[in-house]
Amino acid sequence: MPDHAIETQDLGRVYKIRGNKKESQVRKELVALENVNLTVERGELFGLLGPNGAGKTTLIKILTTLLAPTSGWARVASHDVVQAPSLVRPRINMVSGGEASGYGLLTVRENLWMFSQFYGMPSGEANQRIVELLRLVGLEDRLHTKSSDLSTGLRQKMNIVRGFLTDPEVLFLDEPTLGLDVGASRDVRKLIRDWLDANRSRTLLLTTHYMVEAEELCDRVAIINKGRVLACDAPANLKRNLRRDAIFEIETSPLNGLSNKILADQPEVKKAALTEIEGGAKLELILEEESALASVINLITQKNIKILRLSKREPTLEDVFMELVGQRMEDVEKEEAPDGK
Amino acid sequence: MASDSLALSASEKVTGWRLFLKTIVARAYPRIIGQQREKSWILFEILLPMLAVSAYVYVYRAIGAPEEYVGFVVIGGAMTAFWMNVLWMMSSQLYWEKEQGNLALYIMAPNSMMAILLGMAVGGLFATALRAIAIILFGSLMFQVQYSITSFTQLILVFLLAMTALYGMGMMTASLFLLLSREAWHLSNLAQEPIYLVSGFYFPIKSFNFWVAAAASLIPLTLGLDAMRQLIFPSGPALGFLDVTVEIAVLIGLCVLFLIGAKLLLDYMERLAIREGRITESRR
Repeated sequence: MPDHAIETQDLGRVYKIRGNKKESQVRKELVALENVNLTVERGELFGLLGPNGAGKTTLIKILTTLLAPTSGWARVASHDVVQAPSLVRPRINMVSGGEASGYGLLTVRENLWMFSQFYGMPSGEANQRIVELLRLVGLEDRLHTKSSDLSTGLRQKMNIVRGFLTDPEVLFLDEPTLGLDVGASRDVRKLIRDWLDANRSRTLLLTTHYMVEAEELCDRVAIINKGRVLACDAPANLKRNLRRDAIFEIETSPLNGLSNKILADQPEVKKAALTEIEGGAKLELILEEESALASVINLITQKNIKILRLSKREPTLEDVFMELVGQRMEDVEKEEAPDGK
Repeated sequence: MASDSLALSASEKVTGWRLFLKTIVARAYPRIIGQQREKSWILFEILLPMLAVSAYVYVYRAIGAPEEYVGFVVIGGAMTAFWMNVLWMMSSQLYWEKEQGNLALYIMAPNSMMAILLGMAVGGLFATALRAIAIILFGSLMFQVQYSITSFTQLILVFLLAMTALYGMGMMTASLFLLLSREAWHLSNLAQEPIYLVSGFYFPIKSFNFWVAAAASLIPLTLGLDAMRQLIFPSGPALGFLDVTVEIAVLIGLCVLFLIGAKLLLDYMERLAIREGRITESRR
């Protein structure tokens, strides 16, 4: 049997949701994951990229033995997560963005020491490693600070250290830089890269909805939406498929009734996304041919819209997502949000 | 540099019973250390219970009850601390751990959940013992309680058995709370006062009908308290429910029942919670 770090086959999870009182006992079904087939090799930094509610966290919960799949199977470090969770657990760790784990009355060192003991680490070694890791994320001066006195960002750094502390074979980071400022995010990304470089048998699965993070860090990326994996490849390969297309960004004065639909109906316009910005709008266009730009400009000028800036750029993962889903990730998240905002 | 800092050295992580013990110590730590850092417990868990103890003492004195009843009340008041600890810091604890995000980390780690619960119990027992001792000291000094211990060995044995069975019961009910969401809070509230009544915290349970007292004896504190009073006060045996040796035997049975029950129920509930997706989220 091949020795993959993570392997899933037709993995699915359906939640049964209780109806409200009026609906009495009727249970609705919510498909969170559907037929997910993934293979992550040892030593890989693998990214799961998708909007909120795409199924990324559900997949991580299954892989970390916290949730049973309703169909298919998954193996982590060569062990089945349902049949042999006790063999998976010593080999993994997980950190979620925005988590509030630990106890506020304990100091940073005490909280981290406590979690290290649940993995059987010798106390002395755990304490030494805590100091080293805190230094790497710039938190060494908070060793004896109560965790309740930490800001959200510093607390998240502490959580990230908890994940690396036990030096797992497979580490799961679920939106690790959520809520962190630019500098802190950079520290965390550096720690991730250094940790993998220190031992190439380690594997890291990262979920994020920050395209830049996925592009910068990941060896391979799976784009996931509505519980389905839409594409899986190296970021460069995913973007290469779009390279023959022409991608333009146009900033304009306020839109005079111009909509996504009108733009997308133009010949040779593959995808279009409109965003209102201060004093006007930003159009992102994926065109089959550069020549199609002329008809788009015609359309804009006919509607008395001024073009303020026009630039051609290289494809990004955001463009790949737009090509696959038909919408920008931000727009998908707005649609999925309960209040539609 | 990176490789030096980030690689875990060759020394082995421990497994098996050593991991079990490490987990108990680590999970007991926040309870023991937390008490030293949060002094509000002195008000809530010593001074407020002392008010209830005082009320019963004055009632007994007003109606001319035997003076031993004052001692009964002080000992009962001290033992309520353990019941409160089991109810609020053991039974419903896994609900709070889930809300904080700790439960998922406990389950995902290679340690046993029984060790986590035992750690909570050991830490809670240690922290609560300090409170119970404080109540006994204050109560004894305020109301000049006289003690006449007939057997230290039996007294210590009864206390340890009662605590083992009581915290075993707490571990068992904690497993049930694994699936609950906010109703955990209401259930704890619901259990608080009836247990005060039937376990005889402030009066001997011999006052009950035999069958009511027998049913109340399923709560480990009931028999523990009854046996301790028989061993501490001269008139205790006359007011005791069963003979001390019988109560010790029943307490041993309760220890076995609750500890085995906790293990079986915890395993079952963990599997169920993972299947239904309730480890990280409340009821869907």
